[in-house]
Amino acid sequence: MDTSSVKNSAITRSELPLRVINSTPEAIAKAKSRVRRSFRQIRTETVFRQSLIIMGGFMVVLVLGILLTLIVKSVPSIKSLGIKYLWSGTWDPVHDIYGAAPFLVGTLVTSFLALIISIPFSLAVAIFLGEYYPKGWLPNFLKNAVELIAAVPSVIYGFWAVAVLVPIVRSLETHLGARQPIGNGILASSLILAVMVIPYAASLGRSMIQLTPSVLKEAAYGLGATRWEVIRSVILPYTKSGLFAGILLSLGRALGETMAVTMVIGNTSKMPSSIFDLGNTMASVIANEFVEADKPVYVSALMELGLVLFLVTVVINMIGKKIIDRFTND
Amino acid sequence: MIMKKNRLSLRSTLTAAALVLGSMTIAFSLVSCGGGSTGGGDSTTGSSDALLGAGSSFDYILFSKQFDQYNQANGLKVNYQSVGSGAGISQLTNKTVDFGASDAVMNGKQDSALSSPAIHIPVTAGAVALSYNLPGVKDTLNLTPDIIAGMYLGTITKWNDPKIAAANKGVKLPATAILIAHRSDGSGTTNIFTTYLAKVSPDWNTKVGKGSAVNWPTGIGGKGSEGVSGTVKGTEGAIGYVEMSYAIQNKIPFARVQNKAGAFITPTIASVTAAANVSIPPDSKVSLTNTDAPDGYPISGFSWVIIYKEQNYNGRSLDRATKLLKLLSWMIHDGQQYSAALNYAPLSPAAVNVGDAILKTATYDGKPILP
Repeated sequence: MDTSSVKNSAITRSELPLRVINSTPEAIAKAKSRVRRSFRQIRTETVFRQSLIIMGGFMVVLVLGILLTLIVKSVPSIKSLGIKYLWSGTWDPVHDIYGAAPFLVGTLVTSFLALIISIPFSLAVAIFLGEYYPKGWLPNFLKNAVELIAAVPSVIYGFWAVAVLVPIVRSLETHLGARQPIGNGILASSLILAVMVIPYAASLGRSMIQLTPSVLKEAAYGLGATRWEVIRSVILPYTKSGLFAGILLSLGRALGETMAVTMVIGNTSKMPSSIFDLGNTMASVIANEFVEADKPVYVSALMELGLVLFLVTVVINMIGKKIIDRFTND
Repeated sequence: MIMKKNRLSLRSTLTAAALVLGSMTIAFSLVSCGGGSTGGGDSTTGSSDALLGAGSSFDYILFSKQFDQYNQANGLKVNYQSVGSGAGISQLTNKTVDFGASDAVMNGKQDSALSSPAIHIPVTAGAVALSYNLPGVKDTLNLTPDIIAGMYLGTITKWNDPKIAAANKGVKLPATAILIAHRSDGSGTTNIFTTYLAKVSPDWNTKVGKGSAVNWPTGIGGKGSEGVSGTVKGTEGAIGYVEMSYAIQNKIPFARVQNKAGAFITPTIASVTAAANVSIPPDSKVSLTNTDAPDGYPISGFSWVIIYKEQNYNGRSLDRATKLLKLLSWMIHDGQQYSAALNYAPLSPAAVNVGDAILKTATYDGKPILP
C-alpha cells in the first residue's frame, strides 16, 4: 500500500485518534475512511433535520396563511355587518343582509347528529376487528370494506343518498305524519354523514384496541373476568383517548363535508326547527353561492362564513384535545 | 466483512435509486421540454391568435359549437372557460380575458370596478321553464304570473287552489301540497326567473327582489338544473324552474305561462325569439321578461358577451381587437344558425340590429374598429 493514497487534504492528522497517527499506513487509511464516513453521517443528519424543519414550518405557514387570507377577505363584511352576523337568521343577498346563524346551526346539528349515529357502529366495528377477530378472511374483508367507505368520493354518497336514503326518510316522515314529507333535510344529511365518518373512528379505534398490552388482558382473564368485562374494564379504559381521537377525526370530517350534504339537505336559509326540516350548512352555502356572488360584500360575507367554519373546527379540535388530555391524566 | 458487503450493497442501491431518479428527472424534463416547445409554439401563436373568454355556463354548449365552426372557417382559436357569469365578469375586470359572457347585465358595483366602460352585446337568448310533477294530470297546466308568484311566495300551497283551477278549466286538480323547488347555487337562470317575478308581482319585488341568488320564502334548493329537476321528478306535487334547453333535452314536462298579452305560451325556441322581437334599447341592457310581444314566452332573457369599449388596453394589438370584433359580429349573424339545433333561441332581428350598432361603438385608440 502506497502512503500517498492515504494523503487527503480534507482530513487533517489532528482529527484522527492519537493512537492511530503513529501506526501503519493501512490503519491510518482505515481510520480516515471511518472519520470521513462519520462526517458524511453528520452531514446527512443535518440535512435531514433541516428538511424536516422546513417541511414542518411550511405547514404552519400554510395554515396561518389560510387564516390570514380569510380574515383579510372578510374585513368588508365584518365592517358592514358587525358581530350580528353570527346570530342574525336572515341571508338575503339581494338586500345585502347576511346572517350565518341558520348555517352555523345546520353545520353543528348535522355533524353532531351524524357523530351520535355513527359512534355505536364505529365502536362495534373497532371492538370486533380489534379484539374478537383480529385475523382471518372475514375480518380482513370487513376491515377493507370499512376502509373503502373512506375512499369513496363524497359525490357518490350524494347520489346514493338522493336515490335511496331520501325516499326512505320520506316514507319514515309519512309514517310519522309530517306536514309535508320531502325526505331531504337535516335527518337525511346526518344519516349520510354518519355513514361517511364511520371508518375514521373505526380504523383508529381498531389499531388502538390492538395495542392494548396482552399482559393486562391476560391478568384480567386470570382473575376470572369474562370477555365483556375485559373489554369494559381493561380495553376501553386503556384505549379511550385513542377512541376519542378517532371520534374527533370523524367530527372534523363531518363539519367540512360539502357535496353529499348539499345534495340532500334542501339548501334553505331558514333556521331549522326540527330534524325533519330543511336546512343548510356553511360549507354547502359557500360551494353553492361563491361562483355567482356578484357584489363585494356578498363575496366577503361568504369568506367570513369560511372563517367561521375554520374557527369552529379549530375550537372543536381544541376542546377535543383538552378532553383527551383529561382522559389520559386520569 | 458482511457489514461492509451490506453497506456496499446499500450504497449501490442508493446509487441505483439516484440514477433512476436522475434519469426520470431527465426524461421528465425532456418530455416537458418537448411538450413545452410544441406547446410553446402553440401558445406563442396562441398569444397573438387564440382569444380568451370566460363566463356563463349557460352559453357554453352554443359557444363550443360556434367557436369550433369559426376556427374551421377562419383559423382563429377561442378558448372559453365556463366558470359562471359572475366569475367571467371578474376575469374581464382583471383583464385576464378578451371577453366575458353573462346571463345578467353588470350591476352598478361591478361596473364601478371596471377601469373603463364596457359594452354588452346580446349573443343568444334563453328561457326558464316551469316543470311540475302531478302524475294524475295529463293536460299541460296553464300558469298565470299571479299563480307563479303566489306559489313561490308560499301563499298558494295546494294544487287545487281556486286560482290554479280558474286558469285550468276542465282539469281535475288534486289536493296535493305544492313543493317549491329552486336553485341553491347562484345562477343566471335564477336571475331571469326572479327578475320576472319582481316584474309581475309587487309583493315579490318588495319582499324578495331579483338576483342570481335570493332569500327564498319557501321551498327546497337543488344544486344545478339537475338538482331542481331531480327534486321535481322525485316528489309528487313539486314544481321547479329549470333552463328551457335543459327541460327540452331531458324531456321534462313544463307548463304554459300567460304572457303580458294574455296568451298562454309554451316555452319553445320560437316563442323565446318572439319575446325578444320588441324594441330593444340601444345599449341592449334589457330584460326579456314579460315583454309586449303577443306570442313571446314571458320568462326569457338575453345572454350577453361583455367587452371593453376601448380595446387598446394592456398593450393589446389592433389586430387582436379587430379579430375579437369580427368574431362577435360573426356570432350574432352567421353563428346564430347553430342555435336552434342546440335548443338556444336565435336572436331576433331587432336584437341583431342593436348588436350591430353596439359593435360599431367599440374603438381602438378612439377610432372605430368595425367599418
